[in-house]
Amino acid sequence: MRHLLDTKTLSRDDALRILDVAEDMRDTQSREVKKLPTLRGKTVVNLFFEDSTRTRISFEAAAKRLSADVINFSAKGSSVSKGESLQDTAQTLQAMGADAVVIRHGASGAPQTLATSGWISAGVVNAGDGTHEHPTQALLDAFTIRKRRFGDDSRARDLAGVKVTIVGDVLHSRVARSNVWLLTTLGAEVTLVAPPTLVPQDVSAWPVTIRYDLDEAIAAAPDAIMMLRIQLERMNAAYFPTEREYSRRWGLDAARLRALPEGSIIMHPGPMNRGLEISADAADSPRSTVLEQVSNGVSVRMAALYLLLAGERDTTFRQAQGPTEDSR
Amino acid sequence: MTPESSRPVMHAADIARALTRISHEILESNKGPDDLVILGIPTRGVTLAQRVGALLADISGHSVPVGALDVTMYRDDLHRAPIRAPHPTDIPHGGVDGKTVVLVDDVLFSGRSIRAALDALNDIGRPAAVRLAILVDRGHRELPIRPDFVGKNLPSARTERVNVMLRENDGVDEVTIAS
Repeated sequence: MRHLLDTKTLSRDDALRILDVAEDMRDTQSREVKKLPTLRGKTVVNLFFEDSTRTRISFEAAAKRLSADVINFSAKGSSVSKGESLQDTAQTLQAMGADAVVIRHGASGAPQTLATSGWISAGVVNAGDGTHEHPTQALLDAFTIRKRRFGDDSRARDLAGVKVTIVGDVLHSRVARSNVWLLTTLGAEVTLVAPPTLVPQDVSAWPVTIRYDLDEAIAAAPDAIMMLRIQLERMNAAYFPTEREYSRRWGLDAARLRALPEGSIIMHPGPMNRGLEISADAADSPRSTVLEQVSNGVSVRMAALYLLLAGERDTTFRQAQGPTEDSR
Repeated sequence: MTPESSRPVMHAADIARALTRISHEILESNKGPDDLVILGIPTRGVTLAQRVGALLADISGHSVPVGALDVTMYRDDLHRAPIRAPHPTDIPHGGVDGKTVVLVDDVLFSGRSIRAALDALNDIGRPAAVRLAILVDRGHRELPIRPDFVGKNLPSARTERVNVMLRENDGVDEVTIAS
């Protein structure tokens, strides 16, 4: 694996490989010494052009548990705020010897540009780009569903026949997009539930069922229900009349929590708007996987960094080092 | 790949005898089955560890904990080869602290896998002692590591390949050497 840019082009085998390696990573996180020496000497740059706390620290924890060096670069207070271009920033990182770049950017496709531009030889991991994709979030969601369903027997299994319902602001959600592609690749049946104003126009081409009524969707007995965050910072138009009305029609309140089938799980990518898309009852119920998603996120990101960085790199940038005879 | 000339060096009966002898030697050096933990190195080391564990239980009448210790993430040659998928590590209940851990692998060659195993073990706990049991020692060590229990010493050329096949993994018990 050279880069991890999206889940749309991720094959079933590659997805399962990441999830299975994440199982091994997760096992190491219960040991006395959680740190592995695997990526010693590698440098991972967190290049964040958009605010993020949990994704950044999750990647940082993942890289550090694998003994990589981590450099955090956030656009605020950096040369980017002085007008430096993505190309110049990337070439600076290349000159510093970055082995992997974890990028979050407000523009859809920025990670793709970084990976294919020839500016850098480093592996690129998309940590969220615009309204395009957020592949590691979808992988950790799939990992969490699989773990809850199969427990210790999760390895090599896909999600065939699992019914997943994703509720909320699908229009602006890269999490929803990445999940749609990944979960359907893994065999799950995905239903999207949203106000008509928050359903993207190209959704007819997606392998999903669309519903507008949350109660009907819950009556269809999903195995997992994923509540998306209402991204108030992206709500620059009138997508729904009031937050109160949104909450009443599309929020997971106590009554809907009771209507969910036995054994179903409640997911949220965080950060939660309690009382808006998810009630405190639902967020704190034993069915909620919110905190499992966070800890699984570290394991999945360790797996992604491992698969990107641990093996031989087929890059033309490093041929200057000569033949690989043992010099130690 | 061009077909290589391959000749058998151990048959099923030889492997069974070697494992039985190793099991007796383990019990002898440990003065019984107490505080033993047998850890196999994936993939075939785990199979051998399970067989040794069963033999130890038969001989001593006490069950001995058997597990698996994956060394992939501790290897020093990760960046020289295409990516390797890690295997599960399974430490028996009770852990390794204060125990005598016997590492089991199929072939001992450079010794680098064992170095990685010692590092991996270090992150899991602090055994009282670590021993090494090997089905085939083919020489060419690159590190100061030596086995405590050896099934067969097999002088080999560095370019030759030693293949261990086990019933559980490959359908047949056999060791071959190919050049």
